Amino acid sequence: MIAEGGLAALWLAAAMSLLQLYLGAAAARASAEAIDLRPVCVVAVAQGTLAAIAFGLLILCFLRTDLSVALVAANSHSAKPWLYKFAGAWGNHEGSMLLWVTVMAVAGAAVALFERRLATRTLSATLAAQAAIGLGFYGFLLFASNPFNRLNPAPVEGNGLNPLLQDPGLAFHPPTLYFGYVGISIAFSFAVGALLTRDVGPVFARAMRPWVLAAWIFLTIGITAGSYWAYYELGWGGWWFWDPVENASLMPWLAATALLHSVTVLATRDGLRAWTIMLAVVAFSMSMIGTFLVRSGILTSVHAFAVDPRRGAFILGLLVIYIGGALTLYALRVSTVKEGSRFDLFSREGALVVNNLLLSVILGVVFVGTLYPLITEALGAKISVGPPYFNQAAGPVALLLAAIMGMGPLMRWRRDSVRALLNRYAVPILISAASLLLAVLFAPDAGVLPLVGLALAPGVAAASVAPMWKRNLRRTPLFTWGMVIAHLGVAVSLGGMAASTAFNKETLTALRPGQTTHVGPFEVRFESVAPVAGPNWTAMEARLTARRNGTGAPVALAPQSRMFSAPPTPTTEASIRTFIDGQLYTNVGESDEMGRWQIRLWWKPMVTLIWLGGALIAFGGVLSLLGRVLRERKAAGGRARAPGADAIPAGGEALA
Amino acid sequence: MKPKNQRLVLLVAAIVAVIGAVLLAMSGLRDRASFFYAPGDVAQKGLPLDRAVRIGGMVRPGSIVRHADGVTIDFVVTDDTPNVINVTYRGITPDLFREGSGVIAEGRFQPDGRFIATEILAKHDENYVPPVMRQARGQHETDTLR
Repeated sequence: MIAEGGLAALWLAAAMSLLQLYLGAAAARASAEAIDLRPVCVVAVAQGTLAAIAFGLLILCFLRTDLSVALVAANSHSAKPWLYKFAGAWGNHEGSMLLWVTVMAVAGAAVALFERRLATRTLSATLAAQAAIGLGFYGFLLFASNPFNRLNPAPVEGNGLNPLLQDPGLAFHPPTLYFGYVGISIAFSFAVGALLTRDVGPVFARAMRPWVLAAWIFLTIGITAGSYWAYYELGWGGWWFWDPVENASLMPWLAATALLHSVTVLATRDGLRAWTIMLAVVAFSMSMIGTFLVRSGILTSVHAFAVDPRRGAFILGLLVIYIGGALTLYALRVSTVKEGSRFDLFSREGALVVNNLLLSVILGVVFVGTLYPLITEALGAKISVGPPYFNQAAGPVALLLAAIMGMGPLMRWRRDSVRALLNRYAVPILISAASLLLAVLFAPDAGVLPLVGLALAPGVAAASVAPMWKRNLRRTPLFTWGMVIAHLGVAVSLGGMAASTAFNKETLTALRPGQTTHVGPFEVRFESVAPVAGPNWTAMEARLTARRNGTGAPVALAPQSRMFSAPPTPTTEASIRTFIDGQLYTNVGESDEMGRWQIRLWWKPMVTLIWLGGALIAFGGVLSLLGRVLRERKAAGGRARAPGADAIPAGGEALA
Repeated sequence: MKPKNQRLVLLVAAIVAVIGAVLLAMSGLRDRASFFYAPGDVAQKGLPLDRAVRIGGMVRPGSIVRHADGVTIDFVVTDDTPNVINVTYRGITPDLFREGSGVIAEGRFQPDGRFIATEILAKHDENYVPPVMRQARGQHETDTLR
């Protein structure tokens, strides 16, 4: 019954989105006085609720391990810990698409509930656009990937979940990423709504900004968490693999970051109108292309569940319709978008334009590198594009971007002078020069990119906090704090990437219990091996003791080589110990006939800064969002306390 | 600057950025994309010595030899052709690497034809065959049919 309830809720939600499309489009066409937003808002909220109910019921099926549901039987197992039964609901193709649609519907409902600044006609057009996207993906779920299909007869036991996905990280990583990924759809719908009603301006930008910011925060957290998950779970000791699936989440983030900055120009200076709309379209297009890459089955990775080629064709069709439609609308309407106010190219607006252009270049490089192998494969040549390409092509641009990021907030709006900027930028430049000197001294053969990164990071960090210099910190608005902390986070993350690459130490050896080896400043003794068992796996566990410089306090490490029972899969569980200045990372491999075990050790100095930086970026985003929302609230409260303030006609305001 | 000029400048900047990105990407791809070789391809096309490549095929049963250091192995990769690739790899092999199953390795060929692998790519489950492998097999099947 639960599965049927879920399916019914899903069909109802699809019907609601059709109704929402109709009502929204009708309201957008009505004359300004006759608009009644209530019906379309009610329908949007109903659609969000129904989708959430459908998703909740799917989770219930998984928690109860209802094996008569095909999806549960294929992906779950009664002996699985409850957390993975729960998270297993989205650890598969159908479930993750249902999560996708649910997030989309819930985001639409949130817009209907909370968005009050946007002009009513634009808002109704926005809700109509959101419903139009939702409708396509409901169709995809109901006709090509129904999560509630029954199996008759029901199997005795399920297949289990891919052990790589049996990790607490999985419970949080995909939903977070999806909130960001799909949350960008709001920006897309806003852009389409504004194009339809020709309402692109600062008011529109201020209304759109919190939504973009919220999606971007989730995306940042999701990418950071995903990077850490790959680092400790895949056991290769790397934090970014330029895997197409990672790129699929990075590309919307790059576009959303650009959008976040251009929407600020639009909101505060009324510039970059057409550009901002374009970025909103591009950002969600990247989300959909990412979904296509991950969900169509043309990529093989831990994230790719689908094998049915029809699904790929279906998503590709949706992609063409939505992106093509939005671009056509853009081409038709962009000439009616008036150009915003002017600015000097050497100004904060100018710096933000450069930020946008550099982000676009990185986006282009990642995009080409991700899609190129697919295109050549279709043409018959098998090519893989990996880290050497991405690092060399995107790395220098990213470093340049980081340098300009430090400069931007120190510049004035509209017009600035080079000399004044150099004055303000003197301290960061000196810091960078000093750290370059130190880096060259201590890591002469680290490679160009890590060296430049090491040099830039401290300078950019100093430049990032410079806007706070001589300011009354108590009176500094929360969103300025947000910007400063987010920029600082970029510098911290950059420092972590550069330092862990430049100073990384690795030891690979085969040891008998009782033998000792070294990695970086650590002396590591291999104590013993022992069999251990978990709820659905058995493992050989190596026990090691590390001492810093051979004399420090003993630190225990216990990497495992695991065998999961359902499905039968071996995995490597790394053992990681965090120190104030880095992480010690170990893996255990096979044993040989001489009783030796393969042990791999890494000393990764400052590696934790990478994710700490990511967390700071997201935290900065949260502060900024809070700051904006609180200011709105205050302004709205002020208006409410002084009724009539709004009612003063334009002429009266001029008189006052 | 007049608004119209400003729009023009922004447009030109955007176009330059896009073209720059594409040029950057293309030059990077020319130098750094790695091609895939099955043992049969090596015999046909010759040794690619100038760049890192990927090889793929089956690990010949009984061919894995462990060096004295305990962490370096030699093995032989075969496909449906009589050709083979001798591979040397230093590191912990992925969980599902074993004799008689498929493998993809990244690295460089030496002038003597030996392949020094820097990385052996992990597979995700027992039944998984990399798409390139499926294709490689398919291609060689058609080759033999012809």
